[in-house]
Amino acid sequence: MDEMKDVVLEYIVDEYVDEDDDVEVDFDTALISSGIVDSFSMVSLKVFLEKKYDITLSDSEATPEAFDTVTSIVELVNKHLG
Amino acid sequence: MSNIGSYEERLKGFDWGIAKEVLGWEDGELLNIGHICSDRVCTRGQTDKVALIWEGFGGKKHTYTFDDLRVYSNGFAKFLRDQGLETGDRICIFMDKIPSLYFSFLGILKMGGIAQPLFSAFGDESLEVRLESAGTAAILTTRKHVKKVRKILDKLPELKHVIVVEGDESKLKGEEIFFDVEAAPRVEEFDAYEATPATPSVLHYTSGTTGQPKGAQHVHSSIWGQALTTSWVLDLRDDDIYWCTADPGWVTGTSYGIIGPWSLGVTQCVLDSGFTCARWYQFIQDNRITVWYSAPTAIRSLMRDGIEPVKAHDLSSLRHLASVGEPLNAEAVIWSEEVFGLPFLDTFWQTETGAMMISNYPGMPIKPGSMGKPFPGIEAAVLDLKTHEPIEEPGRVGLIAFRPGWPAMFRAYRNKPDIYRSKFAGAPEGAEPDELCTNTDLWYVSGDRASIDADGYYWFVGRDDDVINTGGHLVGPFEIESALVEHEAIAEAAAVGKPDKVNMEVVKAFVSLKPGFEPSGDLELSIMNFIRKKLSPLAMPQEIEYMEKLPKTRSGKILRRYLRALEWGEDVGDLSTLEDD
Repeated sequence: MDEMKDVVLEYIVDEYVDEDDDVEVDFDTALISSGIVDSFSMVSLKVFLEKKYDITLSDSEATPEAFDTVTSIVELVNKHLG
Repeated sequence: MSNIGSYEERLKGFDWGIAKEVLGWEDGELLNIGHICSDRVCTRGQTDKVALIWEGFGGKKHTYTFDDLRVYSNGFAKFLRDQGLETGDRICIFMDKIPSLYFSFLGILKMGGIAQPLFSAFGDESLEVRLESAGTAAILTTRKHVKKVRKILDKLPELKHVIVVEGDESKLKGEEIFFDVEAAPRVEEFDAYEATPATPSVLHYTSGTTGQPKGAQHVHSSIWGQALTTSWVLDLRDDDIYWCTADPGWVTGTSYGIIGPWSLGVTQCVLDSGFTCARWYQFIQDNRITVWYSAPTAIRSLMRDGIEPVKAHDLSSLRHLASVGEPLNAEAVIWSEEVFGLPFLDTFWQTETGAMMISNYPGMPIKPGSMGKPFPGIEAAVLDLKTHEPIEEPGRVGLIAFRPGWPAMFRAYRNKPDIYRSKFAGAPEGAEPDELCTNTDLWYVSGDRASIDADGYYWFVGRDDDVINTGGHLVGPFEIESALVEHEAIAEAAAVGKPDKVNMEVVKAFVSLKPGFEPSGDLELSIMNFIRKKLSPLAMPQEIEYMEKLPKTRSGKILRRYLRALEWGEDVGDLSTLEDD
């Protein structure tokens, strides 16, 4: 669980946060509602999760609320991994 | 009773002069949008009235009066003048929806500059193309976004000033200037530039099928159209609390997120944080919003979340809803009537038209899914696709067109007179933009298709070109394709719109790979993120299909329309010109 959290967090920091941004991202940082990840960019995050964990996330699951923190993202992925 | 009263009655003997009555305008007053939206509201006795309720992420909230608007826009106007910027200079605003965006927009207009707002999610390449095309003299931005400017600064010799309006001053680099208008000395007096009706005001970039985006130039007299449509379609009144969800990087965010409401002295709200249903409903509840102007993509996202979040909030303050950006489907209209007790009224217009052209009006019977009827004073038609003659037959599809001459009409595409001319059916060869925009024998052809029913209601059909309308924003395939082939793995590329339940269309890319590269999930993600950072999240392909070879004509042109037709399940048309394998 924590390993998955680290992987997802690392991907988000690498792809969506610039080095000199004054933003600290942790497992519970709001991503969508804070504007760090916008709703269009959610799609590339969804694709990352699907490829990395070999799952398929439906549009009804991939909501801004479900993608709003690393913790909620990992919960969603774990549902699919059983 | 609504402001418009009876739509049918308003059509009789309509004259645009009524806009001046709505504004309480007297002959001899100073024409300048920046002045009208701030100083003038104060001189009409509304100095202490709240102009802007702003909320950001993390509970940040600020309220500004019309006097604050006046003083802070003065502050920007004086500061820009002090930097040596002059009348007619293009000054870009590149920031999130922070208060300084709104103050600087009015300040630029007050000092006679041309405001060039750009969507802050644009990547460095999208930014460069638009700044280069405009010959932009200065850019106002924030510490978060200045990094994109730094990357392209060397390629923009005309860009003389990079001004950072927020953040940590100590982190600035090179010749960047810091200016925090709220911390600077208050500027009580500034003599606003006296514009003529044809003085350029706002430059908005819009995408086309071919070539790079074009700068649609608007003028100060646009305010007559923007104020009147705000009054009659959005039905704004003195005691309303209004929320336009659009970003001023796009035309809705300036015409109806700044000019329309503030010219009428109406309080408006701005939410500068990411979209979640709960956050939006909370914002409406907290601020007792009465009139809400949003977009079909957002409405469909709210629909997807269902009625429970609606029930969890007190939204009883809402009295009028409207929508813009792409056609509003009938289901969304019916849903909003069920859950809010009010239908979203669809409005149709474009960057080029500057103001609403075809709308549903308060009090007029609504046909869910219809665009409504032309605004009074707008002569509209659908033209035959080949002859460009108006179609009289109900239900037959043609091109939506308007007679030139409405107040908010764009007056040029910056440095592109030939493309401007091509937008007018019947334009004489070599005619200049000034002649075209007043020639009421011509038709301005919008690029959208529709039909008109027997009752005079317009029904949207789709674009007449390959431009992709995603979430209400137009994205040009050429721009995406040009960026795609800059990716190390891509040999050739085509970008088309594919149907999407929420965004109407999203970008799909077809690519063939260079030798040595193989299709893979990692490559797909790499291409997506490459475009997202280079252009914008809107332009990012949401699907990538690998092809050995893209379909082309015998002359070697990629058959984008063929690929689009496949996505939409449409007839692919005549393939006789398809390149043989």
